[in-house]
Amino acid sequence: MGDSSRLCSVWLGSETGILKGVSVARKQAFNFCNTSRLSRDQEVRALCWGDPAESELLVGCVDGTVLTFSTEKGAFTDMENVTRMRQSPTHAHRVATGGKENGLKIWDLERPEEAVFTAKNLRDDWLDLRRPHWVRDVAFIPDSDKVVTCTGYHQVHVFDPSSPQRRPVLEAEYGEYPLTALSLPASGNTVAVGNTHGQIALLDLRKGLVRGSLKGLSGGVRGLQCHPSQPVVASCGLDRFLRIHSLEDRRLQHKVYLKSRLNCLLLANRDLEDAGGVAGEAGPQEVKEEEAEGSDDEVWDAMERVGEGPKRRTPEEEVVQKKKRKRD
Amino acid sequence: MDITEVPLNQDGKGKKSKSKRKNVSQEGNGEGSGVETKEKMETNQPVTSTFPPTFSVSEIKNKQRRHFMFMKLKQEKRKQKMQLRKKRKKEREALGDKAPPKEVPKTIENQRVYDETTVDPEDEEVAFDEGTDEFSAYFNGLTNPKVLITTSDRPRGRTVRFCEQLATVIPSSHVYYRRGLALKRVIPQCVARNFTYIMVINEDRKVPNGMVLCHLPDGPTAHFKVSSVRLRKEMKRRGKDPTEHHPEVILNNFSTRLGHGIGRMFAALFPQSPQFVGRQVATFHNQRDFVFFRFHRYIFKNEKKVGIQELGPRFTLKLRALQKGTFDSKFGEYEWVLKRHEMDACRRKFQL
Repeated sequence: MGDSSRLCSVWLGSETGILKGVSVARKQAFNFCNTSRLSRDQEVRALCWGDPAESELLVGCVDGTVLTFSTEKGAFTDMENVTRMRQSPTHAHRVATGGKENGLKIWDLERPEEAVFTAKNLRDDWLDLRRPHWVRDVAFIPDSDKVVTCTGYHQVHVFDPSSPQRRPVLEAEYGEYPLTALSLPASGNTVAVGNTHGQIALLDLRKGLVRGSLKGLSGGVRGLQCHPSQPVVASCGLDRFLRIHSLEDRRLQHKVYLKSRLNCLLLANRDLEDAGGVAGEAGPQEVKEEEAEGSDDEVWDAMERVGEGPKRRTPEEEVVQKKKRKRD
Repeated sequence: MDITEVPLNQDGKGKKSKSKRKNVSQEGNGEGSGVETKEKMETNQPVTSTFPPTFSVSEIKNKQRRHFMFMKLKQEKRKQKMQLRKKRKKEREALGDKAPPKEVPKTIENQRVYDETTVDPEDEEVAFDEGTDEFSAYFNGLTNPKVLITTSDRPRGRTVRFCEQLATVIPSSHVYYRRGLALKRVIPQCVARNFTYIMVINEDRKVPNGMVLCHLPDGPTAHFKVSSVRLRKEMKRRGKDPTEHHPEVILNNFSTRLGHGIGRMFAALFPQSPQFVGRQVATFHNQRDFVFFRFHRYIFKNEKKVGIQELGPRFTLKLRALQKGTFDSKFGEYEWVLKRHEMDACRRKFQL
């Protein structure tokens, strides 16, 4: 079990309470659960890494418990009407929440009495009617204070807590069905959003226009995540498939049938095609984490050519050198 | 100009020679027809040297003559085919038992692209998922089906009769007039009255063309296209009107995960214990993603022979979307949506 879990680079939680791991390189899927005592109460709703080294996985269940992958139990505090809660990747104490009739709020965990930022509702429409809120997913844009949200009314909003304006600084619409998930690719300026009809689109964050859409899905999207370093996006949802699309040519790269309806997904930081080389893992991983902060198109262009096996090292070294040059 | 024309002519010659070769091969098969075609080719030769070389019937400008030529061509082709068949049959007979086995004809069903979601009956995880889904209460014998059949607002003509006849097929079903009510407001009332299904027939220009089948109390909802509805009155060799016995249900070819779900949905429309006295069968047959519904009465004439009689109505369903939860087309999450030109680009790939 330990060996197979080390191989997996994509983690998924299903509606039947099964934690699933997928190794893209080996094209294998594993179930990490005792199939004899399954129950719908254990439906997995949230997944995140317990520590930066990615050795522990935190699993949030629908009945309010948090399981670590090494079967330790803790309490899960539930807030009302919150559908999504996201932690800022750069400031670990910053947390954004949002839900139905509960606009975006950014909390500082060091001062939990009051929210740091509370979004204001949109202006009333041309009939002077109030517009309803429904935040379905939130993400922090790296390198800035901005936060991007998607709503159940097919809107994408960008909020800027640093500016005095509490209404969104950018409003965009996509399609006509509720948007359920969003994710920010490593190369900035775009956001990937998915809706209940199984459509995923890449929206430009500068003007809010559709840059392209990803095809091949047949059911509503529940989980969407872009790889922290590679130009790929993984999606899962009610059609019981894990799909991995390339962000460059928007083509479907992998498709894995996982038997249950999938609720959430989590990508490992390491290379997707990496077959889980345990030895010498720590080195390249650190390099990538550094890069995740300074997103620069040139660096990503260099990153594409990361291959497998012994060849892999050379481009990474180049990248490091490039970085150094830049710092100089 | 000259340069462009020369290769054209060469091409023409090449094509001509090809067609000649074909004729030669035809001669080998059938002698009479071969001679005819040869004659035709000779008459065509002067034409082809000046005009675009390949001869096709559609180029004849006189309609009558074109028609005549076309008929002739068809006849010829058929003749050749028949001769080939006869020849093969003779060969088979001559070989007797040693004859090679007959070739299985290629159809798009038996050339089907493998679907990885095909349900394996021994799969534990799938069994668990199906064992705890929305239909599990019915399959565990905890609930009895109770179906509400209604239509779109102000039904006309055939739709009304279609609903009435559906009600005779599905036991414990009730037909209600829609009265312009919103479906989302009807559903809670149905749940309160212990209905397990709500079926809405939509119509377009007095012809039923859609069906929404919503399982209660908590979904799923399926949207179907309805086509080729044949009511009882329009059927030939129809039996007497059906009795009120619970029919048996046959579900054919629902093999993928999605198909299984849809099959379970149809099965849960009918009571679980069929009354065999009635000798009635409702069939949902899936072929190329179209679900054909038929309703029959059977009789065992003797140990070997069975007679069947169709009772009607018959109709065809095609799945458009499967939505999780009860009917909510705006905010509901779809489990599966038919995306035309994307999903059916491959003719050999089937969803159900």
